[in-house]
Amino acid sequence: MSGTTKSPWIMHYDASSCNGCDIEVLACLTPVYDVERFGVINTGDPKQADIFLITGAVNDQNKEVVKQLYDQMPEPKVVVAVGICACSGGIFRDCYNIIGGVDKIIPVDVYVPGCAARPEAIIDGVVKGLDVLEKKRLKLREKEGKK
Amino acid sequence: MGKRTIVPFGPQHPALPEPVHLDLELEDETVVRAIPSIGYVHRGLEKLAEKRDYNDMIYVMERVCGICSFGHGWGYAGAVEGLMSVQIPDRAECLRIMFHELSRVHSHLLWLGLLADGLGFDSLFMHCWRIRERVLDVFEAITGGRVVMSFCKVGGVRKDLTPEMLKMVKDTCDMIEDEMRKTGLVFMKDTSVRNRLCGTGVLSREDIIDLSAVGPVARGSGVNNDVRSANPMYRDLGFSPVLYDDGDCWSRCMVRVDEIMQSLDMIRNAVRDLPDGDVSVPVKGNAPVGDYVFRVEQPRGEGFYYVQGNGSKFLSRARVRTPTNINIPAMTRMLQGCNLQDVSMLVITIDPCISCTER
Ligand code: SF4
Repeated sequence: MSGTTKSPWIMHYDASSCNGCDIEVLACLTPVYDVERFGVINTGDPKQADIFLITGAVNDQNKEVVKQLYDQMPEPKVVVAVGICACSGGIFRDCYNIIGGVDKIIPVDVYVPGCAARPEAIIDGVVKGLDVLEKKRLKLREKEGKK
Repeated sequence: MGKRTIVPFGPQHPALPEPVHLDLELEDETVVRAIPSIGYVHRGLEKLAEKRDYNDMIYVMERVCGICSFGHGWGYAGAVEGLMSVQIPDRAECLRIMFHELSRVHSHLLWLGLLADGLGFDSLFMHCWRIRERVLDVFEAITGGRVVMSFCKVGGVRKDLTPEMLKMVKDTCDMIEDEMRKTGLVFMKDTSVRNRLCGTGVLSREDIIDLSAVGPVARGSGVNNDVRSANPMYRDLGFSPVLYDDGDCWSRCMVRVDEIMQSLDMIRNAVRDLPDGDVSVPVKGNAPVGDYVFRVEQPRGEGFYYVQGNGSKFLSRARVRTPTNINIPAMTRMLQGCNLQDVSMLVITIDPCISCTER
């Protein structure tokens, strides 16, 4: 399992963001930032993902989707909230259909603020997420060892 | 008759970065009907006009969508200026056009990349996005923001450009044009691309008029509804609508390729002919009772901005009707009778911006 910390697979979901952060997440894949050279792959399948990148504040309709995607991911998993919307609701927090930050729905491990969050910051957030992932993995091992 | 099945598409799907859900009714592998359901990105921005005064509301409006964010800012500012009877300086108008066209270039390049990705042509996707980053570099150098720039404000633009910045804009245009000459050819000539695009997802002229589709989708079927033709400054900068007649995916693609080239020309003309003077006028006081409508040609089509004042600093309504919103019926018509494998590509050809649609 230690391989996952070397080449993490990422799943990205847009929970009512303005798109600004989404395209920055995609921009990480361009030749300019090129995260694929580190083995980071953007996958659409929650069952293969290690890191859940989530942008935008959650709204009433997609909170179930977010929960479901999170539940489908195998342990250990890390959630990275990208953009100020995902962190706290940001400029949208007063909107009638917005619940608030992603942490109201699922536990968040890394917060990447910014509006829009820059690709460098997003990559940084993913790298931070890797540390958390490693810790979670060790914990999981210990638990299994004790059994 | 084959067996009927219903295949859910989305809301989370690798082909689309944004959540939209389609129920695809299939007969064998042919789509008989596609039923869209939206609401996954709805935030309720229009209501915020009651809580933010009209000068601050522009920050919210810019976040209707992060891709055409400049255009939304312009549309809202234009509507408020109309309501308040403010005339903005020519230099500000010209700078707005320059920025809007730069946004169009990056938005179309982004779309070309997504289309290539939908085709499974990854290297082409990379090339389009590599070129696109040049535009973002210009934005970052001038405004400090890459996607959401806050450059537009009610009454003009926030800052003037120095001669060095103008030179950077022009150099970037030259560079992009150079690269687009090669990359555009791939979309135009490459057999594997043409095989997928030519003749798929055909919308006739009548369909377009029936369903009132807008933007490159309409222009790919030979219907001209480009709002830019109504703006005299655009005409001076050398604007003429780009039209293709076939109505298939390839036409829609070529409209966008040609529009990139034309926008680059217009930006260079704007740099050359930039009028002197101020870049903004102060806008103060309460908004009068009344309403105003302003239209902007977004990269995806006509954007429609409506504001209603009630004599206070807060507007009673700020309404946006965005291009994707109006293009969704065209998309469902296009999907009828297509092959399952083409669904994601067809959805991409209307350049869906769900964030705009649902606000
Ligand atoms: S943080 Fe800003 S750019 Fe990102 S989704 Fe929210 S409003 Fe858009």
